[in-house]
Amino acid sequence: MNLELIHKYPREKRFTLSILQDIQREYNYIPREYMEYIAEYLNQPLSDVYSIATFYKALSLKPKGKYTIKVCNGTACHIRGSESIREELLKVLNLEPGETTEDGLFSVEVVNCIGACALAPVILINDKYYGGMTKEKVKDLINSYREVAINA
Amino acid sequence: MHDTTIRKKILVCCGTGCLANNSYSIYERFVEKLKDNPNITVETSIKATGCNGLCEKGPVVKIQPDDISYFKVSIEDVDEIIEKTIINGQIINRLLYLDTNQKKRIVNHMDASFYKHQHKIALRNIGEIDPLCIEDYIERDGYKALHKILFEMSPEEVIDEVEKSGLRGRGGAGFPTGVKWRTCASFNNFPKYVICNGDEGDPGAFMDRSIMEGDPNTIIEGMIICGYAIKSNKGFLYIRDEYELALKNMQAAIDNARSHGYLGKNILGSGFDFDLEIVRGGGAFVCGESSALMASIEGNVGEPRAKYIRSVEKGLWDQPTVLNNVETWANIPPIILNGANWFKEIGTDTNAGTKVFSLVGKVKNTGLVEIPMGTKLSELVFDIGGGIINNRPFKAVQTGGPSGGCIPKEHMDVPLDFDSLSKMGSMMGSGGVIVMDDTTCMVEIARYYMDFLSEESCGKCTTCREGIKLMLNILTNITEGKGELEDIDVLESLGNTIIKASLCALGKTAPNPVLTTIRYFRDEYIDHIVNKKCPAGVCKNLTTYFIDEETCIGCGICRKKCPVDAISGSLKEVHVIDEGICIKCGNCFTACPKDAVKIGGAAYAY
Repeated sequence: MNLELIHKYPREKRFTLSILQDIQREYNYIPREYMEYIAEYLNQPLSDVYSIATFYKALSLKPKGKYTIKVCNGTACHIRGSESIREELLKVLNLEPGETTEDGLFSVEVVNCIGACALAPVILINDKYYGGMTKEKVKDLINSYREVAINA
Repeated sequence: MHDTTIRKKILVCCGTGCLANNSYSIYERFVEKLKDNPNITVETSIKATGCNGLCEKGPVVKIQPDDISYFKVSIEDVDEIIEKTIINGQIINRLLYLDTNQKKRIVNHMDASFYKHQHKIALRNIGEIDPLCIEDYIERDGYKALHKILFEMSPEEVIDEVEKSGLRGRGGAGFPTGVKWRTCASFNNFPKYVICNGDEGDPGAFMDRSIMEGDPNTIIEGMIICGYAIKSNKGFLYIRDEYELALKNMQAAIDNARSHGYLGKNILGSGFDFDLEIVRGGGAFVCGESSALMASIEGNVGEPRAKYIRSVEKGLWDQPTVLNNVETWANIPPIILNGANWFKEIGTDTNAGTKVFSLVGKVKNTGLVEIPMGTKLSELVFDIGGGIINNRPFKAVQTGGPSGGCIPKEHMDVPLDFDSLSKMGSMMGSGGVIVMDDTTCMVEIARYYMDFLSEESCGKCTTCREGIKLMLNILTNITEGKGELEDIDVLESLGNTIIKASLCALGKTAPNPVLTTIRYFRDEYIDHIVNKKCPAGVCKNLTTYFIDEETCIGCGICRKKCPVDAISGSLKEVHVIDEGICIKCGNCFTACPKDAVKIGGAAYAY
């Protein structure tokens, strides 16, 4: 375990969420042993740490893909056709919602407004924004990421 | 001796919208090309600024003092801009903004229809300064209001000024800011806290993000002023974790302000201490609600509490707390500096000042717009927004996010202020204005909001948790062709129960999108339920497309646009759509130059 992620925070309950966010960022999910350690470190019941880990959408108990694709479904994106982009992504990646591809590369999430409404419809791959998305662009975009991953 | 050096400032927009279109590499290219270049005699400074508002036409590059604004700039244009505009003062016509209202290209963006109706207070610095450079902020009167209050005003006088200005909270409900501060100041219970709500979550609204990214110091200054007024020494900024650039710029600005003596112990030698800390939100919509937000800062699950004791008395860790939204904080320094009367002159009697709207959806000019309160909705959509994309018929706007409602075109003259929008059954919310045309289905939009809210309900109150889910099921049935006439009454009765019996604003306003669409678009509900038809062509089960034989001129455009080859017909002959192959994408409907493609009802009985 990388305890540095936890120890850099003071032992106060109010840092529970921040610690969990850092762990999520590092591992793409919250491993159980970390939750147990945090509970001990912050002197909190494990159930409380668990309830925070499951309440907030940014946290996940299952591993996410190397590339998390967030399809924005804010109202502006919705009325400009975000649903058809999500369908195409799931089709191209052969995924059910919430799943990760077998090679561990991609997962697709539908998120509420990410505040880039003027570019609607928008998807985010990790931290990169793709505005003015169309169904037609999906395949090439995924392939370009796949190529990078294979050559890495 | 007279200084004859020519100085030019190049402002490259690096708000989230422009960044997505590679504006940062444009910025870098300018820096690289102009650095130590002996051939260039013009002295230049290049700045990466916050969002200019007109994101869809980005990346935006502005050149001062010539006041030339270029839109949709690409990295290949940089050399030409340097050669022609920076060195020789020539204008590159192709990069100028094409104003569809005025039907001409515009040199200075401030003359464009999108900008010229605007009145910027909260957004005054954004796009003009480098958000990471505190000197830029100071140059534009930054921290002058702080000087003024620390050395010329008592805390009481600060509160008087804010109260007199008539400023109302920009987060949604419009509670008078001065009253909030005064009540909090009246409790002799310390420590007290100041909070900035930067957990912007309303779909369709992104003004808070833009302010945090583009002018972080104005928020900091506003919060210190409040701290001084209510005698608090500590503030928190709760910011969505997804807003990476906002988090980065806010943190940098806080560190910078501290090293300049604006934050920390003994601010500017006044004896007053105040400091700020950022808390990252966890992606729960309900945390935009003040008591849930405070619970989240404390390290708890973000559930709201009953507010029989207000948070100004017992808020964060049960101590007196003032919580305001980002845009509200951005209004504080100018109010202190220019005085309450200056602010009151803008807007209407009961709604002073301006409001930032994010104009999005099926409108030509999408982006952020700051206009005086009371401006008519039609002015926003048509004069500033340039009307509807592809000049399709305008149908409605949705304001106020999931708590708001839909306003039909018959009421386009409604003034945009807190009270007028509430009267329409909608609300101001954080200022999202989503424009809808004839291809937006109002029943489906209501279903969309219930879907959103059923996921975001924290689950504490039964009416909100279960009631919204029930409404969602009924609406889904209607959009799938399984609705019955009684459903409309059930929706109304469920909605009214949820409003009455839920604890926080999320539940209390959740049924608004359904109730307003029933109120203004009942015919569309009836069409879905009785005629099994979706007039907008959105609900797939209730849509078929056919070509009107009388109107079709056989141009073949629809045939070319069809992704599944469902349309057949020879040139100059009437075309036909094969129902069995059609996937109801609607391409032919929007493509037909003669409106010969018509929408019919369901192909089967459901």
